[in-house]
Amino acid sequence: MTVITPPPAEKKVTAADFESDQEVRWCPGCGDYAILKAVQRTLAEVGARKENTVFVSGIGCSSRFPYYISTYGFHTIHGRAPAVATGLKLAQPDLDVWLVTGDGDGLSIGGNHLLHVLRRNVNMQLMLFNNEIYGLTKGQYSPTSRVGTRSPSTPLGSVDMPLSPTLFALGAGARFVARSVDTQQPHLVTVLKRAHAHHGTSFVEIFQNCVVYNDGVFDEFTDRSVAPDRQLLVEHGKPLVFGKAKNQGLRLKPNELELEVVTIGENGVSVADILVHDERNRALASLLGSLHPPDFPQVLGVLYCNPAPSFEDAVFGQMKAAANVGPKDLDSLMRTGRTWTVGG
Amino acid sequence: MSAPTQTPTARVPRDFVVIRFAGDSGDGMQITGSEFMAETALAGNDLSTFPDYPAEIRAPAGTTFGVSAFQIHFGAGEVMTAGDDLDALIAMNPAALKVNLKDLKPGGVLVCDLGAFTARNLTKAGYVENPLENNALSEYRVLKLDVTKLNAEAVKGFDLGTKEAVRSRNMWTLGLMLWMYGRDRHATVEWLLKKFAKKPEIAKANVAAMNAGHAFGETAELAAPSYSVAPASVAPGTYRTVTGTESLVWGLVAGAQAAALPRVVMASYPITPSSPVLHTLAGLKQFGIVTFQAEDEIAAMCAAIGAAYGGALGITSSSGPGIALKTEAIGLAVMTELPVVIINNQRGGPSTGLPTKTEQSDLYQAVYGRNGDTPLPVLSTATPSDCFEVGMEAVRIATKYMTPVLLLTDGYLANASEPWLIPDATRLPKFPVTFRTEPEGFQPYLRDPKTLGRVWAVPGTPGLEHRIGGIEKDYDTGHISYDDANHQKMTDTRAAKIDGIANDIPLQAVALGDDHGKMAVVGWGSTYGPIHQAVRALRAEGHNVSQIHIRYLKPFPRNLGDLLRRFDRVLVPEMNNGQLVSVLRAEYLVPAEKLSKVTGKPFKIAELVTAIRSRLEK
Repeated sequence: MTVITPPPAEKKVTAADFESDQEVRWCPGCGDYAILKAVQRTLAEVGARKENTVFVSGIGCSSRFPYYISTYGFHTIHGRAPAVATGLKLAQPDLDVWLVTGDGDGLSIGGNHLLHVLRRNVNMQLMLFNNEIYGLTKGQYSPTSRVGTRSPSTPLGSVDMPLSPTLFALGAGARFVARSVDTQQPHLVTVLKRAHAHHGTSFVEIFQNCVVYNDGVFDEFTDRSVAPDRQLLVEHGKPLVFGKAKNQGLRLKPNELELEVVTIGENGVSVADILVHDERNRALASLLGSLHPPDFPQVLGVLYCNPAPSFEDAVFGQMKAAANVGPKDLDSLMRTGRTWTVGG
Repeated sequence: MSAPTQTPTARVPRDFVVIRFAGDSGDGMQITGSEFMAETALAGNDLSTFPDYPAEIRAPAGTTFGVSAFQIHFGAGEVMTAGDDLDALIAMNPAALKVNLKDLKPGGVLVCDLGAFTARNLTKAGYVENPLENNALSEYRVLKLDVTKLNAEAVKGFDLGTKEAVRSRNMWTLGLMLWMYGRDRHATVEWLLKKFAKKPEIAKANVAAMNAGHAFGETAELAAPSYSVAPASVAPGTYRTVTGTESLVWGLVAGAQAAALPRVVMASYPITPSSPVLHTLAGLKQFGIVTFQAEDEIAAMCAAIGAAYGGALGITSSSGPGIALKTEAIGLAVMTELPVVIINNQRGGPSTGLPTKTEQSDLYQAVYGRNGDTPLPVLSTATPSDCFEVGMEAVRIATKYMTPVLLLTDGYLANASEPWLIPDATRLPKFPVTFRTEPEGFQPYLRDPKTLGRVWAVPGTPGLEHRIGGIEKDYDTGHISYDDANHQKMTDTRAAKIDGIANDIPLQAVALGDDHGKMAVVGWGSTYGPIHQAVRALRAEGHNVSQIHIRYLKPFPRNLGDLLRRFDRVLVPEMNNGQLVSVLRAEYLVPAEKLSKVTGKPFKIAELVTAIRSRLEK
């Protein structure tokens, strides 16, 4: 069945309208609470229609998300939410689908599906809550955990290289890649609204603090005392500056494909020397996505946005083109090719 | 070319004939066989065919593993299998002879293309001596013909390259065989002219090649006689030939229409021998069918679930190893009670097993193979044309009971073909679905009191917003529930829902023979044909034996236990190591005996006759 894209809700909706009747059961202090609030606010601000909105998730702490939103929701199985959501969109391309996954669900057991949903550019918002740990299974290291992470399964520290969700998404061909932080409400809402407005898969990595198993893992850039100096909030068309005094900036090293941090007003550096963010530039997004404190700021915001036709556009374009091709009903279909009649 | 006018010698009448065309992959044996089939169907015979392709995509020419064959069994009466031993074998090269000779009956006709029996080809096939030049073939009626040369002469007037000329020798052979069995040539001429419409020279050359082969038969003094096979008496109506794949796909389309579902989402991952289901559905977009080649088997199943959640019919198809990968997701479909049709084109297992060979060893997997108590309906297909009805039935059960349905077919049925009385689509049964739209009193696990099917409440419907998932849900509210009594109740309900389907399917009939007696031969799936013919033969000998063939494997028809107990003995031939037999024993405590074969090939009628007879006489 096809749903005609409905107009935004007539009456003004509030964040509270998107709260379900279920008691939220994340650990006290979990970053997921803040994300839930931000999503509910976003839904209200974009005027989402409950009946047309679906949250699809996999397995893990983050994947409990759909139970706490008053829209449609499908809590699927470990890692497979992108595949379920893709099937849903093939049944009803006009649904507004939000996908919720985590670093384990999306990048370990479900890495393959994440890769392909991004590559296909299925029109949905895809939030990956990255807490660099397995929470629901009690604290094992995850594919985004830094080398040396001590966990029940790695008592001497993990030895394998972590994966960057943002670089993974860019590599997979995502056309919208953004980053934000659980507790930075206004920024997160702004990013989620951009994600919602984007046509195609909008990939949002959300740094989310696990208070129980990985507390403070992002403090080096999220702690209020250091955030201004350790975060660069990108905006399209604006210079890549950061710092309390907004006097730090990024520029390309002369003759190298590498970024460096410079101080405006020092060594003859002016604002004109600072790179301007171009969210349509994938190479720049990759460079920005690779930066880490302490030598560089953590880059947040919409790193890359370069829309292209979605998977559904192409699939249903073909469906439309083929609608009048070939036998038009079952009777004529079954009679294509050689038939013969036996008299009676 | 003028046709000879002499009176042909009298043809030897035959009731049933089995022919196999065998050659190198590049020799066009599938086309040759298909054309022979078409002419045979038009001649009014009943028939059954089976193509046997090599597993390799492009095996080196002339090797034994590059041999491609097409077998046809046709007759003046009911034909239900592709046939046992061969009455005639066409071997286009030494490798084809080497691979297929063992199936030729003593005294059978063997046509060999001398031109292809070169020293090089003989070596490739592993022959030390040319079998056409020693006594190796003395028990057969061998026609040593230099087809390559005869054909070259027939097409020399046309503007063909050497390669194209050699390639048309399959048509020469076809012409000879059409003559030998008294078939017409019109349909093939028509087909050739259509196929090569843009290359009329090639079309004409191929027609000339076929006519030359035919004329050769008529004029030459051959060592083999010619035969006649009278038309079978068949019900009036319009017929076509169908493969199991075609008929299954059309059954699914018919089912979706009967269910009044405007959209079907078929998600699959390529796997032998199941891919043709995906290919065929991909060509039917005008029926509202969206096909999706997923990144893997798991994604295919999950996408089908997502589609069903969205109000479409979800379909996925695969083979044993792929079904194994889908298993966790199948559990999710059971838990969330969504209608998905899962097709298993069974092949030889375990693991990668025998990808291109047939087997029916995934019954345990279908009935039992999931974590938790996870019941779902399991249906099976018996013949290529039966796939249509079973395809429809799978859709009916899935949508009426809100459940995934496993449809077991196999590699043999997928490729085998037989004549099919085309149904009138307008007279097929209807079973329209109802989507929930009323918010008043809605809960996601509300059930139809009769079927116990869950409501189908589709995103996009105002007022029905709800959450489902793989975690156990409360019977009444649909919220997450870890309550002990609730899990018991939900487990019992899921089981009762599936068991209840037994009241909504036909009682188990006896396919052949009495409903009581000395022995019931019980089968399922593609063994229907050989068991039927074997039981018929034994009954003709006076044996007290009946055939029971089970379509509904979960739940079983409700009279099945009583029916089995009316026989002194129950024998279960299966192309596995004894799966249905243990399910029957477990379910009904009947002393069923197994008869298993796992060679990757269907049962032969003769081997079943021997095996059943020896047990009857014990």
